[in-house]
Amino acid sequence: MTVKTLTVARDLLATNKQAAEAIRAELRRRGILGVNLLSSPGSGKTALLEALADLFRGRHRMAVIEGDVETERDAERIRRKGVPAWQITTGGACHLEARMIGKVIGEVPADIDFLFIENVGNLVCPASYDLGEDLRFVLLSAPEGDDKPAKYPAAFLSADAVILTKADLAPHLPFDPERARAEALAIKPGLEIFTVSALRGEGVDGVAGFLVASLDRLRSGRA
Amino acid sequence: MHELSLVASAFEVLEEKAREHGARRVTRVVLSVGVMSGVVPDLLVSAFDSYKKGTIAEEARLEIAAVPVKVRCPDCGGGAVREEADFSCAACGSRRVEIVAGRELVIEKIDLEA
Repeated sequence: MTVKTLTVARDLLATNKQAAEAIRAELRRRGILGVNLLSSPGSGKTALLEALADLFRGRHRMAVIEGDVETERDAERIRRKGVPAWQITTGGACHLEARMIGKVIGEVPADIDFLFIENVGNLVCPASYDLGEDLRFVLLSAPEGDDKPAKYPAAFLSADAVILTKADLAPHLPFDPERARAEALAIKPGLEIFTVSALRGEGVDGVAGFLVASLDRLRSGRA
Repeated sequence: MHELSLVASAFEVLEEKAREHGARRVTRVVLSVGVMSGVVPDLLVSAFDSYKKGTIAEEARLEIAAVPVKVRCPDCGGGAVREEADFSCAACGSRRVEIVAGRELVIEKIDLEA
């Protein structure tokens, strides 16, 4: 019986990375800015998208891919805003993978400006999976606590922007937005940090401005 | 808890390599796992052990080499090995460091039995 040792040097996420690169190339070719939203469950990803849909109405077009373990609920909420939405139910899986997005991408209208991908609520696993996005947002809501960035560094490290949500609740909670901001910046200096209350519509314009500026950069880079 | 998805990807590679080399069994798998990769080595071993039953790697042992976070500092050129969640340069304290290791999930080598 002969045993031989074989050098493999194969990245376990290589298949996902390839699928993600294909999606990124396709979105850039169409001039669409892809945005991946990560957060714990219930921190306001869908509410932020609803607020953006209201703000962008008549000015910019968007579409949403929703990831959840079960139910079509989030996609239904987005459709009620007149925005096309696709629901991916993972049936238990804790994150979205690029090939799941790849199956839907062909149905996304070519004439939109923004494609938002709302990941499964989870601050751990989704951080490892590139979905072919150009921007990654990590949301942190006031009730979760201001100490989360240091507890979940991989997610914050992978972010382009951090959005502190449910700002309307912060005065009632032991949540210090400055501490949350400082912890996030200690992990990744230069992060864009926004504070929003989707319920009151406050701060959403700042996020929208950042998205539009990023879209302009993407399209000018393409020309 | 996406260790099982990663183990499933690993088995695609194991089966492909065994086929290429005409091997009958895989007896050892060596993985590099960065401490910032987002996976827990113990859970990876449990997932591997339940997944391997009835496969060509039924008898295989999974060895995990943990890879510490390593940063490169563009301000002073220093390289430092850091504890998790401290991403500053050990030499000059700069926080603009670039992470060069600690996020990998790589099958380094496998032992094949003909």
